Amino acid sequence: MDRMVRRKITEFLGLALIRLSMIIILASMFAVVGFVVFRGLGVISWQFLTDEPRDSMTTGGIFPAIIGTLYLVIGAVIVAFPLGVSSAIYLNEYARNGRIIRIIRFGINSLAGIPSVVFGLFGLAVFVVSFGFGSCILSGSLTLGILILPVIIGASEEALKAVPMTYREASLALGATRWQTIKNVVLPAALPGILTGSILGVGRAAGETAPIMFTAAAFYTKVIPTSVFHEVMALPYHIYVLATAGTHISKTRPIQYGTALVLISLVLGVNALAIIIRARIRRRHG
Amino acid sequence: MTESFQKQSRFSRTTIEWFIRNTFLILSLMSITVVFFVFLFLFREGMPIFEKVSISDFIFGTLWYPTDANPVFGIWPMIVGSMIVTFLSSIIAVPIGLMSAVYVSEIAAHRVKEFIKPTIELLASIPSVVMGFFGMVIVAPFLQDVFDLPLGLNVFNASLMLAFMAVPTISSISEDALNAVPRSLREASFALGANRWETITRVVIPAGLSGISTAVILGMSRAIGETMVVLMVAGGAAAIPRSIFDPCRPLPASIAAEMAEAPFRSDHYHALFATGIVLLIITFAFNLLADYLSMKYRMESK
Repeated sequence: MDRMVRRKITEFLGLALIRLSMIIILASMFAVVGFVVFRGLGVISWQFLTDEPRDSMTTGGIFPAIIGTLYLVIGAVIVAFPLGVSSAIYLNEYARNGRIIRIIRFGINSLAGIPSVVFGLFGLAVFVVSFGFGSCILSGSLTLGILILPVIIGASEEALKAVPMTYREASLALGATRWQTIKNVVLPAALPGILTGSILGVGRAAGETAPIMFTAAAFYTKVIPTSVFHEVMALPYHIYVLATAGTHISKTRPIQYGTALVLISLVLGVNALAIIIRARIRRRHG
Repeated sequence: MTESFQKQSRFSRTTIEWFIRNTFLILSLMSITVVFFVFLFLFREGMPIFEKVSISDFIFGTLWYPTDANPVFGIWPMIVGSMIVTFLSSIIAVPIGLMSAVYVSEIAAHRVKEFIKPTIELLASIPSVVMGFFGMVIVAPFLQDVFDLPLGLNVFNASLMLAFMAVPTISSISEDALNAVPRSLREASFALGANRWETITRVVIPAGLSGISTAVILGMSRAIGETMVVLMVAGGAAAIPRSIFDPCRPLPASIAAEMAEAPFRSDHYHALFATGIVLLIITFAFNLLADYLSMKYRMESK
């Protein structure tokens, strides 16, 4: 009987511990998001979003940083989307040779595991220096594009896998070639899922700081970029420099909170959107 | 005429098919090509430092004075810094990540699961610069107060923040591993009279162990490579920390903090690229290990 009680107590404590860990995760998540929202909300105004920084960054808005992040992210998706979707199509629709698949997968996994600061070094050595682009939107977008490639491949593959085999078989039975089947049957069916992938890529690219530090980001630019060879301000870099460098760290706190709120809304919003779309797709196929 | 037209079009159809197929093949080899070029360019820009410093002096040297008149390049303090914050953060993140995976896969009701899984995913997507900012503004003063420290930016703070960033990785991959454990094993355990806790700890977790170890390694790999958090909250001192409340400077922080001020192709610049090589090799080794474990695990389950 004593043993029975001990087992019951152990089970109770163990399960409580598991629930506690879940609570810790949720609580810390809400602490971080709550902190940014709570501190940042008072700072956000139309003027903050649309004005340029003033008085050596201590007042004014963050418009150039918003625009800069937008440009970088759009550029990254333009780089990564065609490559990512093509890789997913090859892996899911064409590849039969186990060795080639293994090589491609090894490449994708290795790419996904490279630290973001190493991408920054790579972008610096290749795009900024060897290609001579300098620190600019183009270099930053290419670097971020490579970084989000695995994200887009993963999501696109999942979308292609969700297309029922019968669709392909029906199309092939009607005499369509493999490419015609992919173009007219598989891709349209997988499109929402593939777009989800690029949305996830957007979220990832928007939040990264280290890859753009040496390849694109400027501490301060007044001009709105008109060419891909311009340096830009970016939201994550803006938070970093204001919070760590310069002589006005405490004076610019409100701007830091506001920028963090804008960034986190962008990233979490985009990710939440992707999650919702994906849940819809799964329900339709499930 | 129709016949010859058909014949010709059929010929070009197979040619087009062949062309398209190989275009996709070439595009999908881009990832591995990029990985190759990452190695190539890091080595190209990093190797010149070894004409000035021997590899062992570079790795095991304990002094880092890159801008001195007589510069010294030793990255041992950074390697130790990286090892300590990664180790400490996994001590925090592994139990929490694993237990949350157990919760989602073994305990949570379907509706709770629908809420918790996306939440963990959202947690993974919080930008690292925001985590670093949180660590600076909230956690650092808190630690200063509670432990009565002169500095809140230290090893412990960085480990906490890193743990937070590794939890989603560990949690979601471990959950996959637990989900792959066959239902029948759980049923057999219950049928023998084991309760839920006993089933989880003695049947389900052991059965998913290789998948879980993949999760742990990938989580650690993420923590080693994470830059912004350690750059902002680890304190930045290029010295070997004596306690968890000392500041330190992990490898990524060293690169990110100094690259902007290193003159182009100076010794300092090359030394930072060489630091990048060390970081790349460490993370690459971790990922290879994770790959190997998950392959072994797939073979076992077949």
